[in-house]
Amino acid sequence: MKVAVVRFPGSNCDQDAFHSLREDLGVQAEYVWYEETDLSDYQAVFLPGGFSYGDYLRCGAMAARAPVMDEVRRFAREGRPVIGSCNGFQVLCEAGILPGALMRNTSEKFVCRDVWIEAQTKRSPWTSQVDRPLQIPVAHGEGRYVCGSDGLKKLQDKDQIAFRYVGESGNPNGSEFDIAGVLNLEGNVLGLMPHPERATKPILGSSDGLMILFGLKLVAAG
Amino acid sequence: MVKTPPEAYLSKGLSHEEFDEICRLLGREPSPTELGMFSVQWSEHCSYKRSRAVLSYFSQYKKAIEGEGLENAGVVPIGDGLGVVMKVESHNHPSAVEPYQGAATGVGGIIRDILTMGARPIALLNSLRFGPIRKGEASDEVVRRNRYLFDHVVAGIAGYGNCVGVPTVAGEVVFHPRYGGNPLVNAMCVGIVALESVTTAAAAGPGNPVLYLGSSTGRDGIHGASFASETLDEDSEAKRPNVQIGDPFAGKLLIEATLEALATGAIQSIQDMGAAGLTCSTTEMSAKGSVGMEIDLDRVPAREPGMSAYDLMLSESQERMLCVTHPGREGEVIEIFEKWGLHARVVGEVTAGPRLVVTRFSRKEVDVESKAMTDGCPVQNLAIEEPEYYRRATAFSIDGLDHPGANDSLLRLLAAPSLASKRWVFEQFDQQVQTQTALVAGAGDAAVIAPRGTRRGLALKIDGNARYVYFDPYVGGLLAVCEAARNVACVGARPTALTDGLNYGDPTRPHVYWQFERSVRGLADAAEALALPVVSGNVSFFNESELGEILPTPMVGMLGVLEEAERRVGSSLGPDMEIGVLEYPRTVGPQRGLGAGSYLAEVLGIEDGRPEAPDLPGEKRLAESLVALVAAGTILAAHDVSDGGLATCLAEMAIGAGIGLEAEVVSRGCVESSLFGEFPGVVLVGYRRGEESRVRSSLAPGIDFRRIGSANGSGVFRITENGTTRVDLRVSKLVEAWTRAIPDAILAESPGA
Repeated sequence: MKVAVVRFPGSNCDQDAFHSLREDLGVQAEYVWYEETDLSDYQAVFLPGGFSYGDYLRCGAMAARAPVMDEVRRFAREGRPVIGSCNGFQVLCEAGILPGALMRNTSEKFVCRDVWIEAQTKRSPWTSQVDRPLQIPVAHGEGRYVCGSDGLKKLQDKDQIAFRYVGESGNPNGSEFDIAGVLNLEGNVLGLMPHPERATKPILGSSDGLMILFGLKLVAAG
Repeated sequence: MVKTPPEAYLSKGLSHEEFDEICRLLGREPSPTELGMFSVQWSEHCSYKRSRAVLSYFSQYKKAIEGEGLENAGVVPIGDGLGVVMKVESHNHPSAVEPYQGAATGVGGIIRDILTMGARPIALLNSLRFGPIRKGEASDEVVRRNRYLFDHVVAGIAGYGNCVGVPTVAGEVVFHPRYGGNPLVNAMCVGIVALESVTTAAAAGPGNPVLYLGSSTGRDGIHGASFASETLDEDSEAKRPNVQIGDPFAGKLLIEATLEALATGAIQSIQDMGAAGLTCSTTEMSAKGSVGMEIDLDRVPAREPGMSAYDLMLSESQERMLCVTHPGREGEVIEIFEKWGLHARVVGEVTAGPRLVVTRFSRKEVDVESKAMTDGCPVQNLAIEEPEYYRRATAFSIDGLDHPGANDSLLRLLAAPSLASKRWVFEQFDQQVQTQTALVAGAGDAAVIAPRGTRRGLALKIDGNARYVYFDPYVGGLLAVCEAARNVACVGARPTALTDGLNYGDPTRPHVYWQFERSVRGLADAAEALALPVVSGNVSFFNESELGEILPTPMVGMLGVLEEAERRVGSSLGPDMEIGVLEYPRTVGPQRGLGAGSYLAEVLGIEDGRPEAPDLPGEKRLAESLVALVAAGTILAAHDVSDGGLATCLAEMAIGAGIGLEAEVVSRGCVESSLFGEFPGVVLVGYRRGEESRVRSSLAPGIDFRRIGSANGSGVFRITENGTTRVDLRVSKLVEAWTRAIPDAILAESPGA
């Protein structure tokens, strides 16, 4: 089991993901440069957060067209696990691998704080182990998930909503239906705004992110 | 050569005497490019010509300027073969005219200063000062402007720091009318480096290639350093084009490319292109190494064709660095930078020296001994005068004041923007990227970083109380160091080293220079007494505008080291905790802790009097006690009593957990002093029921401990003094006052709009 942690120019959570996966989750992880065109050595992909290409165009729009993304698309199609957090989620939406889009927070401000999220389905490896609300930080300026009313109905009908913001900490960005993360149709691809790789040991304030990342191990075992 | 007209150098901030000295050093008149370079290197920002004599009160600085230079003195060993580097940089003037970019580039610049020591930047802090943001506290126009500056400075810090991937973990924001025309934006960066990998900025090895790294050079920011060394006036707005533009994306690429290139060992020396980019990097690197350099500007990546030698040498375009590589190894560096999409180009070579020679379009434009620019600036001795207000403040009496009730006073203090919750600010900063943040801003008296590769933790804090310094610069200087040290001790860290950001008005005014001299003496004496090396620093003068000069504002950036990061404690009480006070014995002064304090200023609208002085040996023992208590796991929360006194700080501890408490405070002679008096060296702690003797067993001699009450789940905050209930409020009311103050001020309808 080896996870490819993709590095785009401007990724800044790549090293966090790398260390969390290796040291706290206990899986193999390696950096993969955005120009790589062959991921056949890997079993899963992690698209990290950050500001790929400075987010100077729409967030994730440039990275979605990077050479490595053809391989990420193949992974998604073949049912292999792909997870994108924060900017990684934006990249997955821009690449058309996940539905919807991420817009500027309603506050018009970057927001960094702990939120609580709750899994909405058991049918994906990312959510099947999650049986209680999770405390995980967010840190983004453009995390308001939008999909339109038809889009929302589709997500609900196809059971594609992975996580919603819950509790007193509320919805940090104004996302439709408090959506924090969504799945592709098959459930092997997860995109979410919260950072599970930032909640992997007690000294960071929470270990709840491991319950999501555990999906990587599950797939390896399966 | 044509004779230089006086306006050519006067307009760049050089005096007649300085110009004559330049001619003497050169043996001729300078070329226009040379004149521009001298004007920058001889500005206060680069030369410290007005501050050097006073800065030598810091023993480490004195040793450094007399010996090897400052850079290596700046590394603090923390064990496990690791060292910490840290520095503060002011970007006050650019932020006054272009707040977003001014603040953003301040962050970018200080990150590169840390990076070029070979360190990975692991934390950012900031210390900010603005004029009042509440309606009625200044003219509508000024309040509007203050809100705009505050909002955009915070956004600029966030815009750069978040993108570049360095967490912003702590800071402070204070509002006072004296910053109305001239806000202060000081950014601090902390880096970590394996001790054997510390890099130098001293160029060496004649024949070695000199490489230009990073973004290309444009016409932005020309004369930024000279701009920073004069007073803001109505023409300052026209200097917006002097403000550099930040590109945090390029900054992030530069961090990764530089660290990767440094790891190859191909780089001999490296420096950030800070003030006047190519000028400071070429002159300072060659001067530090006692070598020369030949630079061919035709090889510099330029953003537009036809830029003159003057433009190229004076530009402050961001995200650029200069390095020297070992012979034949430039290709390794170029390859790494190109992988990251950045320029890396050989622009010259090191020569045996001592001259810096710069050519443009094959014409020699600069030919000067580097050290003439870096060390040749005549030191200015400025007049000092003790001001009248200082003598009056001693005579200030607290008798006969008209006090509102304690409940009202406490709510007013909590709702004062300077004391209120800064959540609105710090939630805009990414506090956790790099996943090493063990205690975030606002959760404790200092932030704690738990770096990978060690069990130790780094406690970080930046702090300064300008009102104390204004009314008693010497005591204010002592207090600034003591409070920052106490703050890191409160999370369980041993105070280890400090850096400073020194912000003042026009130093040619004798009372301003007096404020500067006295306060630096205070900082230096306290640092000496607490055995804290001052490892770096920054001076910013001329912080004044048509609204007057700023309060003298030295800021102290403190590093503390925890043996085990996991042991750190925050400042919030838990529901079952007992509450105690630690302090050293003191003699209470005639103003009973109210002089120059927040209670007088925020509740009574009076700014006068003198702050209480700290006891330096007592501070040392207090810090030792706190470190021992946290290491033993005896205390579960700790909070330094500072602005607003004991009642305010107790309220902050209760707010953090949203619980209630009941406490009996010691009388200090009058109700207001007991509740709101600001006595240095008082720390509130939370501990488990029945563990008083365990607390006592960790105390250093001379530190008193007494239980004052306990937390409870009642939701009521009650303080008694002299057997009488003085404060009795719902915690929810405290929370509302404290958390709503800043968002309400920012979101309030624009006054006069």
